[in-house]
Amino acid sequence: MDETQLRLDGNAAAGLLQEVFVHELTSARGACASCGAVAEVGAQHLYMYPQSPGAVLRCSACASVLLVLVQGGGHLRLALPGFMWLEFREAGAQAG
Amino acid sequence: MARAAVQRRLSWRLGEVAELIDETPRVRSVVLGVAGWPGHRAGQHVDVRLTADDGYQAQRSYSIASAPDTPERLALTVERLDDGEVSPYLVGELRVGDTLELRGPIGGYFVWDVGMGGPLLLIAGGSGICPLMAMLRHRAARGSAVPTRLLYSSRSLEDVIYRDELHRLMATGKGLEVFHTLTRVQPPEWPGYRRRIDQDMLAEVTWPPDLHPLVFVCGPTPLVESVATALVQLGHEPGRIKTERFGPTGG
Repeated sequence: MDETQLRLDGNAAAGLLQEVFVHELTSARGACASCGAVAEVGAQHLYMYPQSPGAVLRCSACASVLLVLVQGGGHLRLALPGFMWLEFREAGAQAG
Repeated sequence: MARAAVQRRLSWRLGEVAELIDETPRVRSVVLGVAGWPGHRAGQHVDVRLTADDGYQAQRSYSIASAPDTPERLALTVERLDDGEVSPYLVGELRVGDTLELRGPIGGYFVWDVGMGGPLLLIAGGSGICPLMAMLRHRAARGSAVPTRLLYSSRSLEDVIYRDELHRLMATGKGLEVFHTLTRVQPPEWPGYRRRIDQDMLAEVTWPPDLHPLVFVCGPTPLVESVATALVQLGHEPGRIKTERFGPTGG
């Protein structure tokens, strides 16, 4: 199975991310620290390998690793090696 | 729908199976009554968790197929994957009155409300129709006339999920057009498309890019990638194309 077959959208990680973040994260925008591309988390590429304990979010423009979430042994470990920033819409603000 | 003022962490809750609907030989809709359901937006999903007698747990995500306008009947539409851990149970074993553990709604990216307007272009492969059906049902429940086109790829006519309802929605609603393509088996005199979705088909079915349609694409990863690439080549703005891919981890 090639990498393309394994690729999902960042929105597939919404449930995992909501275990950590109070804000809904897939509609948040983030900037890639490697290439500067800005996109919603849900629009990035997600790799969740079968039988693996976590998920890897990669920049849809340059494929740099943005975020890694690993679950196991009663712990949830979050690594954010690739975001320059994340921007959340404040509760009550209009969509747009 | 107003978003809950106070965001809370996800918690598992129980849904009771109110109805089971066989959509195709491999696909079943599970209609649940969920006490305290906080409401959802069309396109969101839930996580479903099964626990075996020995404590082993398996968890999968399923798109919500019902409209936000009918929260008392939360519908999930599940395709049986023969080597899956969860879908064979949901499609084959689950009975009316059983309870199911779920949490949600989840996701805020692949969503559409009537307030977002259109034109709305929906492209589905197989059971990728499910979150798009929530959008179509929401649109119908609100009496919306937002110009909407659905291009839906299935293997054969009997694999078309919601076939009668789509026909009814198109006949009774305003501004909805549905285009089918059958990729493997077609009935005699089939008037629709007979191949996988390609750039020529998209050029025929979609609006020109200068009408700035909002595009939602859902299906297996190869279909989503080829459709998204073709749409961008036709001149559609990448930022208005939202995708939801199914991977190999489901089932």
